[in-house]
Amino acid sequence: MNLYEQQASNRRKTWLIMSAFVLFLLFIGAGFDAVYIGRAGGFVPAGSLLALGVGGASAFASYYGGDRAVLAATHAAPLDELAPAAGDADRLKLQQLKNVVDEMAIAAGIPPPRVYVVPDPDPNAFATGRGPGRASIAVTRGLLDALDRDELQGVIAHEMSHIRNLDVRLMTIVAALVGAAALLSEWARRGMMSGGGLPSSRRRGERDRSGGGAAALIFFVVWTIAIAVAPFVVQALAMMVSRKREYLADASGAELTRNPLGLARALEKIESAVAPTEAINRGSAHLCIADPLGRRVNLAEGFWSDLFASHPPMPARIAALKAMAFQGRTA
Amino acid sequence: MIVIVLVAVAAILAIWIVGSYNRLVGLRNQVMNGWRQIDVQLKRRHDLIPNLVSSVRGAMDFERDTLTAVMEARAKAIAATGPADAAQKEGQLTQALGRLIAVAESYPALKSNENVRALMEELTATENKVGFARQFYNDIATKYNTAQQVFPTNLFAATFGFKTAELFEITTDAERDAPVVDLSRK
Repeated sequence: MNLYEQQASNRRKTWLIMSAFVLFLLFIGAGFDAVYIGRAGGFVPAGSLLALGVGGASAFASYYGGDRAVLAATHAAPLDELAPAAGDADRLKLQQLKNVVDEMAIAAGIPPPRVYVVPDPDPNAFATGRGPGRASIAVTRGLLDALDRDELQGVIAHEMSHIRNLDVRLMTIVAALVGAAALLSEWARRGMMSGGGLPSSRRRGERDRSGGGAAALIFFVVWTIAIAVAPFVVQALAMMVSRKREYLADASGAELTRNPLGLARALEKIESAVAPTEAINRGSAHLCIADPLGRRVNLAEGFWSDLFASHPPMPARIAALKAMAFQGRTA
Repeated sequence: MIVIVLVAVAAILAIWIVGSYNRLVGLRNQVMNGWRQIDVQLKRRHDLIPNLVSSVRGAMDFERDTLTAVMEARAKAIAATGPADAAQKEGQLTQALGRLIAVAESYPALKSNENVRALMEELTATENKVGFARQFYNDIATKYNTAQQVFPTNLFAATFGFKTAELFEITTDAERDAPVVDLSRK
């Protein structure tokens, strides 16, 4: 797939995933309506409306304000403000970062994103924003200190590909909807515990007469199970999308630099420092070059570790990049 | 009946031609924009060189030939016209600069000088930007040329005044062999 097909596919996927989430939110809301509002004799589908409202509001908020929220949460400082106050050696490092970002923006053919530095000693980097022209790239202090120019270029190319391929947009929306689903199922579970009981327990006579008793019971059971497993299923789905985008960003980043080994070496250095990146919280993991939690899952391979990892296993990513370099040499 | 079919065929043909024409115009603008990007980076490089030469001149006084070669190559590159000519002249400039950097590496006084290191970083970045801008331009120009040459667009592309875009290619063997200078080492 070339760049434009890549972008089109991401746009399609964004819509598909959003529709699936809307249906899911409606299902949770409808169940709530059937069980609680319907039982109380109300006609307004308050549950469905609430579910849609929460999902829509969180998607909207993260689409338009997500980048600012993430940057503020990580205490990222804009490069332009850091540079004048820096010492000589440090200023050279910062200038190098700015140059590398500009180089990659030229290679990708998009406007240069804003550059931020996160005060954290663990090497990591992330991209955020709505898309080309309204994007930001942030790197940690640890990354700047640990990598040389070629390696830094590889990491920036990876983040630039996330921006260019509209991955950031896709993953921001997905993350917001995952949050909304988790929130709603939590509410529903609490409501069930306090409001308690099967829907047919109190108005059994009336329901039986209308012939909907069995159907309502089945719906209730399915709904309950759905709510119980929803957070996990949704999280696993989101992580599956995330891992696919990571491989693609590695590949298209290498296409930009024409030097896969730069990123491969950078990943090796990042991997050797598996300490968690404390400044970056769980919610932004999918935006980073490496899982900021420093979980061992990302180093292991296998079904279970794969299911909930936001990034593919490091050895697999490094092997894929080295294979690209090898093919480049023989071609 | 036949009239309806003819009208329908003519309409489809017209829509298709308009679509292809607009696509070519879009690509032509992208090619022009890509060329402007290279141009911006080349100008930056030309502006940077006098600074660099004057800051290393003191320490490299007896390497006058190397410095003169860079300044001469720069003057020629500034005077170049069109992608093919510019590619050749810029290639020679790259080569002269490569020699200068390689020689400068052997002067400890220069390597430890903050000012020179900052200039070297700028030069590396500019060299890279020229390279990446060229990569982007060549990709988009190839796409534009292909779009004109495929059948059946080739039947009318020339009629509407679309021309093959010149690629920014490395023409001299010498530049392919230009010394690779790695300034990234810490």
